[in-house]
Amino acid sequence: MKNFQIIKALTSASAVTNLSKETDAKFIAGGTNLVDLMKKNVTAPDKLVDINTLDLKKIEFLSKKVSIGALAKNTQVAEDKVIKEKFPLLSLALAAGASQQIRNMASVGGNMLQRTRCPYFYNTDMPCNKRVPKSGCGAIGGSNRMHAVFGASESCIAVHPSDMCVALAALDATVFVEGPKGKRKIEFTDFHRLPGNTPEKDNVLDAKELITSVEIPENNFAKNSHYLKIRDRSSYAFALVSVAVGLDLKNNLINDVRLAMGGVAHKPWRLTEAEKFLKGKTVSETTFKQAADLAMKEAKGYGENNFKITLGTNAIIEALTIASSK
Amino acid sequence: MSKTSNINRVDGFAKVTGSATYSAEYKTPGVVYACLVGSTIAKGRIKTIDTKKAEWAPGVLAVITHLNVDKPVGYQKAKDKHNFGQPLQIFKDDSVLYYDQPIALVIADTFERMQYAASLIKADYLKEEHSTELKKAADKEKKVETEKGNDYHRGEQDGYKNAEVVLEAEYTIPTEVHNPMELANIIAKWDGNKPTVFTKSQGVEGTRKSIAGVFGVPIEDVSVNSEYLGGAFGMGLHTWPYEIAALIGSKKLNRPVKLVLHREQMFTNVGFRPYTIQKMGLGATKAGKLTGLTHEAVAMTSSYEDFMEGTVNMSRFIYDCANVSTRYRIVPLDTCTPIWMRGPGEATGSFALESAMDELAYKLNIDPIEFRKLNYAEKDLEQNKPWSSKYLLECYEGGMERIGWKNRKNEPGSVKEGDWLVGYGMGTGTFGCYRNPTSVKAKFLPDGNLVLQCSVNDMGPGTATMMTAIGADITGFPAENVIIEMGKSGLPKGPTQGGSATTSSVGSAVNDACKLLVEKAIKLASENAVFKNIPAADLELAEGMIVSKKNSSKSISLISLLSENKLEELAVENQSKGTEEAKKYSIYSFSVHFVKVLVNPNLGKIRLAHVVSCADIGTVINQKTSAGQMFGGAVGGIGMGLMEALEIDHRFGRPINNNFADYHVPVNADIEKQEVFFVNKKDPISNPMGTKGLGETALVGMAPAIANAVFNATGKRVRDLPITLDKIIETVKV
Repeated sequence: MKNFQIIKALTSASAVTNLSKETDAKFIAGGTNLVDLMKKNVTAPDKLVDINTLDLKKIEFLSKKVSIGALAKNTQVAEDKVIKEKFPLLSLALAAGASQQIRNMASVGGNMLQRTRCPYFYNTDMPCNKRVPKSGCGAIGGSNRMHAVFGASESCIAVHPSDMCVALAALDATVFVEGPKGKRKIEFTDFHRLPGNTPEKDNVLDAKELITSVEIPENNFAKNSHYLKIRDRSSYAFALVSVAVGLDLKNNLINDVRLAMGGVAHKPWRLTEAEKFLKGKTVSETTFKQAADLAMKEAKGYGENNFKITLGTNAIIEALTIASSK
Repeated sequence: MSKTSNINRVDGFAKVTGSATYSAEYKTPGVVYACLVGSTIAKGRIKTIDTKKAEWAPGVLAVITHLNVDKPVGYQKAKDKHNFGQPLQIFKDDSVLYYDQPIALVIADTFERMQYAASLIKADYLKEEHSTELKKAADKEKKVETEKGNDYHRGEQDGYKNAEVVLEAEYTIPTEVHNPMELANIIAKWDGNKPTVFTKSQGVEGTRKSIAGVFGVPIEDVSVNSEYLGGAFGMGLHTWPYEIAALIGSKKLNRPVKLVLHREQMFTNVGFRPYTIQKMGLGATKAGKLTGLTHEAVAMTSSYEDFMEGTVNMSRFIYDCANVSTRYRIVPLDTCTPIWMRGPGEATGSFALESAMDELAYKLNIDPIEFRKLNYAEKDLEQNKPWSSKYLLECYEGGMERIGWKNRKNEPGSVKEGDWLVGYGMGTGTFGCYRNPTSVKAKFLPDGNLVLQCSVNDMGPGTATMMTAIGADITGFPAENVIIEMGKSGLPKGPTQGGSATTSSVGSAVNDACKLLVEKAIKLASENAVFKNIPAADLELAEGMIVSKKNSSKSISLISLLSENKLEELAVENQSKGTEEAKKYSIYSFSVHFVKVLVNPNLGKIRLAHVVSCADIGTVINQKTSAGQMFGGAVGGIGMGLMEALEIDHRFGRPINNNFADYHVPVNADIEKQEVFFVNKKDPISNPMGTKGLGETALVGMAPAIANAVFNATGKRVRDLPITLDKIIETVKV
C-alpha cells in the first residue's frame, strides 16, 4: 500500500470540495471494501476523505416514505424496529449479507458502491477489463461459477455482490447525491449500470459525487415479502443467486408485486416482465413457475455458471412461495 | 475415571486473554520487517528483476534476490535429502518452479515501508509452458519405489474382477489448504554463527536439523522456539523457504528479522493436501462377502520433491478381504510441494473406499453397516497380526443409536421431512497409533510445584493439558501445581507433533519420568531419620507428602525433604519408547462418522441436520480437549465434504480463490447439531496409559459419510469433492 493522506470532512459540501481538489481521491466510510482494495493494490488513492463525521446516519420516517442516511450502518438499518415492521425485505437482505462484524462497520452508501468480488478483478496478475480497461476478461473462459447470466458483455461478466441493493431495487428506492454541480436524485434501478464496453464504471455516480441518502416509498409489501439467498455456506458467502420478493396480496389475488435478483448481473436485476405477468393473477404453483420461466428467459450461462439458470428459476418459485405463505 | 480426566485446558486462559506469545509476537529489540515478493508466472526463468525503486524507497534496509544473495553453504551440497527430495532452495538461481514462488525478500524498518517497497519490485520472465492440472498430466505419472510407493498385492492381483458383484468407480478430491488462523511467521536472528528462530513449527528438533543443514552449523547451535501455535494441521511439519529467507536476511543485516506470510501466500507457499484421483474396484458375493478390493491413487506432487502419503493404506487392512491390490502413483506439477494435512492420506483414501463400500452395499441391497459388519476384520491381514484392541463395532452401534439409523431407508429419496429429502450416511476412519522416542524431565521444586519439560509443541490439541493430567495423576499433585515447559529447543527432546502420536509418545514419557521421580523421592526420603527402620517399599507419595503406608503419623513433605537435603530441585530425565511387545500387534484408532442431511433438490441446498462422530481411541486422557479435537476434526471433514477446494485457473497456473472469503470452510450455522462420543476403553498394548491417538481419525471418514448421506437423500452420487449445490441440482429434476 502506498502512502496516502487522510482528512476528516465536517460537512457534505466540504467533503465534496475536498475530494474535488484531488485527481485521485476517494471518500471513505466503513472502509470494509475500500481498504481491502487498497491492500491488494487494486486501487491506490493519494487521498482519502473521511466522511464518518458527517450528519448522515439518521433513519427518518416521513410521510409516505423513509429516508436512510448514507452513513447509517448496515446493522443499524437491519435492526431498526420500524424498518423491520414496514420494510422487512430490506432488513432481511441486509442481515443476509457479509458477516456481523462487517455489517457493523459497513454503511448504506458504501454498500451500494462496493466493487465486484470477481477473482480476476482482485488479482492484479490477471487480466480484468474492470480493473485495467482493455486488458481482457479473465472470467470468460476461466473460472466463472459466480458470474452473471444477465446483461453481461464481451468485456465483463462480473456481478454486483450486494444483498441490500437487491432489496432497494425491488422497493423502488431513490438515491440522493451531492456533487460539485449541486444535488440530484437517481432512481435506484438506474444507479448501477451494465458493463457494456466500459466495465470500469459500476454506476452512474460522477467521480466527485457523494451519496447522502436513500429514500424508499411506503408500500403494501410488508406482510408478504421475502429475501431468499442461495450460497455455498450459511453465512459469510456471496449469493450464487438471490431473490427479493414483495407481494401485495388480497386474499389470493396478487394486487401488486416487486421482484429482483442478486448474483446474476452487473447490477441488481429487477424482473419487470415477471412482475407484469404476476400482477392480477392468483397465487398458484403454476403461476409462479410461469413467472420464473419468463424471468429467466434471457439468461445465458458461461460454462461453470450454467447451473444458475435452473437454480434461478427454482429460487424465484421458492421465494414467491415463501412470501405468499407468510 | 481419574480426577484429572476433565481438567480445563491449561493454556486456555493465556490464549483467550491474549497473553500467550506466538512466534511473531516476541518482543525483539532492533527487529526489522520483511516480506516475500512472489513470481507472477508458474514456470520459467527470471529474465530481469528491477529492485532499484524498492532499494531507494524510504526505510528499506535490504532487497535480496538470486542476484545478490549470500548463498547458504548447505546449497552447495550434492542432494540434501530432506524428507522426500530437495526442498526449494530459495534465491538459489533464476528458475521459477511455481506461481508465487518467492523471488525477492524486502526488509525495511517498519511494516508499512516494507509493504510499499515490495510493491515496487517488477520482474520480467522467460516463460515456459506450465503444467498444473493433474487430469491433463497423466503421462507424467511415476512410481516411486519406497514403502509408500510400492504396489501391494494380497491373494490374487485385481481379484475383484472375478466376483459375483463388481463395482468400479473413480473418485476425485481437489487440492485443500491447511490455512490455520495464525499465519506462517518467524523472527530470525543470529548471534555470531548461531541462529535463533521463533517460528511456527510442529517439530522443534526437525526445524533445528533443517536450519543446521542449510546453514552448515552444528544442530546444537540452532535455537528454535515455537511455544504456542494458532493451529497448523500439518503445515508446520516442513521447514519452508520463508523461514530460510528470514535467516538469510537476518544474517546479511546482522539484525533480527520478522517475516509473516500474507494470507494469499498461505495458499501457495506452505503446502496443501494434494489433488488426488482414485480408482476403486470392489467385488463381493451376492450375500455381501468382499472377495476383492483394488485401490489405485494418482496424486500430484511438485517438480522438485516426491511427496507421498498413505492414501491407499486403509484399503489393505480395514476389511476382511482375501484379494487386495493397491497402487500409488505421483505426478509432478508446477506447484509448491504438498505436505501432510490432517488425516494425511487416509482422509483422501477413505473418501474413495467408504464411498465405494456404500455404492456396493446399494448394489447388493444390504444396509451399509450390515455390509461392513459382514466384512469385519478380526485381525490385521496386511501385517498378519492381531489388533491390540478394536472397538469399531461399538462405534457403529453408538453412532446408529444417536443418529437414529433405524429411520433410514435403503431406497434413496424415500424419507421426507416437509419439503426436505432426508438422507443418512456413514463413513469409517482409522489411523495408525505410533509411539516415538521421547525424553521428559520431571522435577519437584522447593515451592511445591512439579515441572515437566519436553521440547514437543502444542499446536492446539491440548498437549500441555494432557501432560499436566498425567503428571498430576502419577504424583498426586493438584493440576494447578504442575508447570509445563515445552516448545523450545534445549529442553529434553520431544517428537514432532504429527500423526496423532503425541499423547502416546509424550504422555508415556511423562508417565515414566514421573514414576521414576516418585521412586527417587521415596528413596531419598527413606534415608531420612523420620523413616528410621522403615524400608522404601513401605513408603508412598500422597498429597505432597511421603508417608509410611503402615504408620501414617510418620511422614515428611516433599518441600521439607528438598530443604533438609539443601536441594534446589529433585529431578529425573528419562527417555521412553515403544516396547518390543507392541511390535507383535497392529495398533490403530478407529472412528465412524454418521451424518443426517436434509436436501432441497430444487435449490441444491444440503443441511447438516445432525452429525455424530464416534471413536475408539483407547483411554481418553481428557474429555474436554478430546471432545474439542474430535469436534474440530469432524468440522475439517465437513469442509472437505462440502466446501473446500483450491481452484486453479490452469491457463495461468494460479489459484483464484486464495483468500478466506472465497475459499470456504464451514461456519457454525452450517452444522445444526453435532455430537461426539468415545468408547473410552484402555488399549492393553499401546502404551502405559492405553491411549491410541485422535487428531487424524477425527477427520478421516467424514467426507464419505456426507457423500453417502446425500446419495441416500437424493439418489445422486457425487464422486468429486466438494459436494457443492450445483452438483446436486444438475441432474435432480424439478
